[in-house]
Amino acid sequence: MKINSIKFLTLSILAVTTFVSCNNDDTVTAEEQTDFSGTYVQKDQMARPAINTVFIASGAPKDAFNTTTPSAMGANYQSVFQSRLLALNPGYTTNALGQTAAAFTSLLATDVLGVSKTGTTTFFDGTNVLTGRALADDVIDVELLLIFGGPTGGSNPNLTSDHVNANDKPFLPAFPYLAAAW
Amino acid sequence: MKKTKLYISLSLIALTGLLLVAADHIDSPGVSNTGNDITDVYAFQGADTNNLVFVVNSAGLLTPGTTGAATFKENVLTEINIDNNGDNVEDLVIQAIKRGNKMFFFGPVAPGTPGISSTIKTANAAGSVEISQYGSPAIISTSGGMKFFAGPRDDPFFFDLGRFQAILGGTASGFNNPGTDTFAGTNVLSTVVEVPKSMLGTSTSINVWAETKQKQ
Repeated sequence: MKINSIKFLTLSILAVTTFVSCNNDDTVTAEEQTDFSGTYVQKDQMARPAINTVFIASGAPKDAFNTTTPSAMGANYQSVFQSRLLALNPGYTTNALGQTAAAFTSLLATDVLGVSKTGTTTFFDGTNVLTGRALADDVIDVELLLIFGGPTGGSNPNLTSDHVNANDKPFLPAFPYLAAAW
Repeated sequence: MKKTKLYISLSLIALTGLLLVAADHIDSPGVSNTGNDITDVYAFQGADTNNLVFVVNSAGLLTPGTTGAATFKENVLTEINIDNNGDNVEDLVIQAIKRGNKMFFFGPVAPGTPGISSTIKTANAAGSVEISQYGSPAIISTSGGMKFFAGPRDDPFFFDLGRFQAILGGTASGFNNPGTDTFAGTNVLSTVVEVPKSMLGTSTSINVWAETKQKQ
């Protein structure tokens, strides 16, 4: 039995080898052999960090926001965002970018991430604003500052930074940039 | 007085169910536990400054004990949307989907139709990469100037979410210094693609967002 099995295995390997050999000039790709058919429908959408979770109520409203295309978000959600902003910070006047509640929430309600193709890419680095999102960007402090910090950034000082300023693992200097899993 | 008002407002928000749950780590009922839940999106210039890097993370708050069993789903398409004329409608998409032990990538290419429904742009295959396994070195592939990765990684997000929830709940008046990173020691499933800027149109800036789309 054992010898027969080995013989059969050998024959199988020979058969496979021969088969492969006969297809040396075959250029069929895995993509073409694999089934990618069908229609895929949107379930989740995200660009800027924490925006949807801060400004959209959980449950059905969140599902609705997640399945809205960004071009339709401004018209549908700016007023919702403004109400939430003023509930979070009833004393809101303008933020450190000089934005009124209407201007700030108009920016936020369309959930896309602006990304520069010509220079520094950062959520905010003291100079550049919303030119991307790098791994080390302290995005939460930026958002807390804009929501709670008032025109100078000096209001509500106990709410404008969570004092967690960096990731728990260093990032890599090369692709894939994210640190290995714990 | 002002402070009291603020805390009352925050408490009311907490009561009405508006709790911040991370960058987007625990999303809505429609996406939880379906493989569709995006936790974070990153877009930044690569080590080669001719390139941009896009990162889409999902399956938030994996512990070392649960990471090994976490898998991408074959019925979930991850789509990176790129608007290069400022109308917030995607002009290009990069698609990623799992088949077998690989993640396949398509684009950047104009979508068939912009919006909530997509088909996979099979005529524009960009490359594929074997999905990296938990505890093993990262597997990377390159094709046509693009680089690909898919697999578990440390969650790069950091935030004292616990303290923020306490503030919203009215049981804390502000953050601690130093704070406590709620996401320390947790992992996500990452899809990372690096793309030459020249493949993303001629504009000087783009608008980017990620979507997950489920097969009907």
